[in-house]
Amino acid sequence: MSSSTLVLPPPEVVAKYEPVIGLEVHVQLATQTKIFCGCPTSFGAPPNTNVCPVCLGLPGALPVLSRQSVEMAIRAALALNCQVRPVSRFARKNYFYPDLPKGYQISQYDQPVAENGSVEIVVDGNAKRIGITRVHMEDDAGKSIHEGFRDSDRYTYVDLNRCGTPLIEIVSEPDMRSSEEAHAFLTELKHLLQWVEVSTCDMEKGHLRCDANVSVRRHGAPQFGTKAEVKNLNSFRFLKMALDYEIARQIALIESGGSVEQETRLFNPDTGETAGMRSKEHAHDYRYFPEPDLAPLRISQDWLSRVESEMPELPNRRRERFLAEYGIREYDVQVLTSTRALSDYYEEAASKSRDPKAAGNWVMGDLMGALKSEGKEISESPVSAANLAELVDLIASGEISGRLAKEIFQKMFATGESARAIIDREGLRQVSDTGVLDRMVDEVIANHPKQVDQYKGGKTTVLGFLIGQVMKASKGQANPGAVNELLRKKLS
Amino acid sequence: MNIATLTIDQVREGLKKRAFSAVELTREALEFAQAENPKTNAYLHFSSERALEAAARVDEGIARGEDIGPLGGVPIAVKDVIVTKGVRTTCGSKLLAEYVPPYDATAVIRLEEAGGILIGKTNCDEFAMGSSNESSAFGPVRNPVAPDRVPGGSSGGSAAAVAQGTAVVALGSDTGGSIRQPASFCGVVGVTPTYGRVSRYGLTAFASSLDHVGPFARNVKDAAALLRVLAGRDPLDSTSAFAPVPDYPVDMDGGVEGMKIGLPREYFKDLPSETGDLILRGVETLKQLGCEVRDISLPHTAYAVGCYYIICTAEASSNLARYDGVRYTVRTPGDTLIDMYRNTRGAGFGLECKRRIMLGTYVLSAGYYDAYYLKAQKVRTLITRDFADAFERVDAIAAPVSPSPAFRLGEKTDDPMEMYLSDIYTLTGSLAGIPCMSVPCGKTVEGLPVGMQLMTRHFGEADMFRLAGAYEKASSFFA
Repeated sequence: MSSSTLVLPPPEVVAKYEPVIGLEVHVQLATQTKIFCGCPTSFGAPPNTNVCPVCLGLPGALPVLSRQSVEMAIRAALALNCQVRPVSRFARKNYFYPDLPKGYQISQYDQPVAENGSVEIVVDGNAKRIGITRVHMEDDAGKSIHEGFRDSDRYTYVDLNRCGTPLIEIVSEPDMRSSEEAHAFLTELKHLLQWVEVSTCDMEKGHLRCDANVSVRRHGAPQFGTKAEVKNLNSFRFLKMALDYEIARQIALIESGGSVEQETRLFNPDTGETAGMRSKEHAHDYRYFPEPDLAPLRISQDWLSRVESEMPELPNRRRERFLAEYGIREYDVQVLTSTRALSDYYEEAASKSRDPKAAGNWVMGDLMGALKSEGKEISESPVSAANLAELVDLIASGEISGRLAKEIFQKMFATGESARAIIDREGLRQVSDTGVLDRMVDEVIANHPKQVDQYKGGKTTVLGFLIGQVMKASKGQANPGAVNELLRKKLS
Repeated sequence: MNIATLTIDQVREGLKKRAFSAVELTREALEFAQAENPKTNAYLHFSSERALEAAARVDEGIARGEDIGPLGGVPIAVKDVIVTKGVRTTCGSKLLAEYVPPYDATAVIRLEEAGGILIGKTNCDEFAMGSSNESSAFGPVRNPVAPDRVPGGSSGGSAAAVAQGTAVVALGSDTGGSIRQPASFCGVVGVTPTYGRVSRYGLTAFASSLDHVGPFARNVKDAAALLRVLAGRDPLDSTSAFAPVPDYPVDMDGGVEGMKIGLPREYFKDLPSETGDLILRGVETLKQLGCEVRDISLPHTAYAVGCYYIICTAEASSNLARYDGVRYTVRTPGDTLIDMYRNTRGAGFGLECKRRIMLGTYVLSAGYYDAYYLKAQKVRTLITRDFADAFERVDAIAAPVSPSPAFRLGEKTDDPMEMYLSDIYTLTGSLAGIPCMSVPCGKTVEGLPVGMQLMTRHFGEADMFRLAGAYEKASSFFA
């Protein structure tokens, strides 16, 4: 660990301050091809093979905007409740770096593709709306590799495969007031973007990268304090660590009579600290100007409507509907909408079964448990939603008992077969036939005189034991409701 | 056959009649060009192998009885800012001295598909920045008409190649006059088409919103035929136009009687008398052809030089950033990355490029953008509107190309402002994106060629060629 000079301020001092946080999140779009050429975006290809004159920035090559990138950006914008601009414009962001072969990034500046959105987060049970300032499109740079080669002490290697990969940058309003809120915001953002399938948001592959603008002020102060931009927050854990450190650093600085400098700071995951990278005076002047190689991007109402019509139902809307239509608890709704795939699965199971509530319990209980123990995703579930719905209905109709259902479910999960197929093959039908049940109940009554006496003496709880005996005798195939009724009748 | 005066039609006729084969013509053209080159330095390198292969394909086509294509067997020179697969493309710069592109420009693909033969790459001002060809890292080009004079720039090599007869036609590029001014200086036809008419894919960018690819030829019809091949939408260039491409050489034959020609008074106000007289004589010829000549005004002309040099330098500063020593084989090492950049670019770029990179970086800087770049864009809109207003009243505009004929080598190299002003009459058309051309209209007493500039509305190339063709026919100056 580093020899930090920062003395963390005590909690009562920290409590006097309010952190103000805004995030800038870069998201790699899940397109097949790059944003301005036809090269594939596949990860892990040998260095400098997924390239062409356009993404290499060779003299004379020109960008052509990919339709799929625009549509993904629109989907993201709609998921974030943004207004999509009818006309937006690309701009060049000029800077020198070896992995930036054109010497500029094609981004959007004064006219981003979308703006004025919001995302709702819930922290400690309190809902809060975080504003989205803008969403803009841009191309990614290549990758500089500083380590791992024999001559890495003298050379940096450059891999341009990533060059031209489509990104969107999502800029939030400075609406977050704690690292927990920032964490919740990034979590919800990731959830939404995965939900509408614009990005895998795989942070390890760099598909989701985050920078934060942080300042602190005394509670009630009318203006924001001076902000620092903290870069390299590339995991949820690092985001929280970096913010907590940076907030404490700024408070300590102010408390000791100093003042926060406007600067860019880099988070170091090894030390958990942020360190100055460049001051305001050394901030890049990117010399933005409109990209002359691309016409303004015009998104007609027709195009927008078509993309909108292809959007899945958004999580908030779906949660409300699940609550209303399926009568499940708020908490269960949260669980069942935690991913798009899970909610789609549940939706199918619930809509096909007579008992949506029970379907929810099956999904959250047995199914998720079984999937988890096998390390499988919901999309890989051997039990289809339709089959699960059938199982639920077999219970509801009294054809099988809950206990038998659990056994059947295990077999369904193992084989992928339907409940009906398993029941038919193994002859596992619930015994509702009163003649057969009659005999079993009589037998149990005859064999357990002591318990029968107790019941008759007023100890009605013993009924459960007797029901269990009948069930045991029937190898689980008796209908517990029918057994209950029969026993009561015979013992009364 | 006199190779130095061949026209496209003569080449095609000769091939069809089997007077010569494409390979024979190509061989002869290459030999002639190589023999002539020391006089002018018009070519930077020859693409003999590629040319002979293309010629063999043309001959095979003829043997099979196929159509030889509108440029079948025609020896063509291409400015060295237009990339050619496997053929060195230096842009007149030390920084690309060894650069061999892995792909062809759309213009090059189209001319070869039409049967054209790429014989070599022509000299030019470094990255097409200059008006005299003296900023080339590989030495200036000499004007074939007067060897102590410049051929104009930046497409000086292409103009000289066509003028000296080593190529039947040539490709140039024009950002602020780089085709028209050398055409005027060398006494050939040079065309800057409508912006978006010809794909820029593969044209090394100088100022992207102003860059054009266009033809040089010894007569209007050849220029029209070459443009016919080059023009049209290219999916690889988002700024290329969908507008249909007329058959320019065929459409040329319609008359020009009753065509209304505007003379912008701002262009004649300070024009030196010798050039002015030649242009006005040309205008007189247009009158005799039945054109109606009108006095018009393009009121924002005075702001064109300032506007142009802000926009073009801004875009150039960005377009030239990629030559940083990381790629393209030329590198001057340094202790740090920044040092390497500085050393490479310091040693690699010539004065004119450095001047424009600095100007462009400045005008885009934080705090200056609104005052310079944004303002210049507004002025550009006003200049474009001037032309739109004028074309409400007239069908075409006649104007000078340059205030003076070809100047002496070295005459203006120490005075960039003077050099910039030699493009004063060509910048406006570039900024407006309208089609413009230079057509020879006579010679000064010293025997130096002077071109007359003709301009029409956007995508009005057919009208422009018709007017230029009629003028050429009527003009006694044309051999």
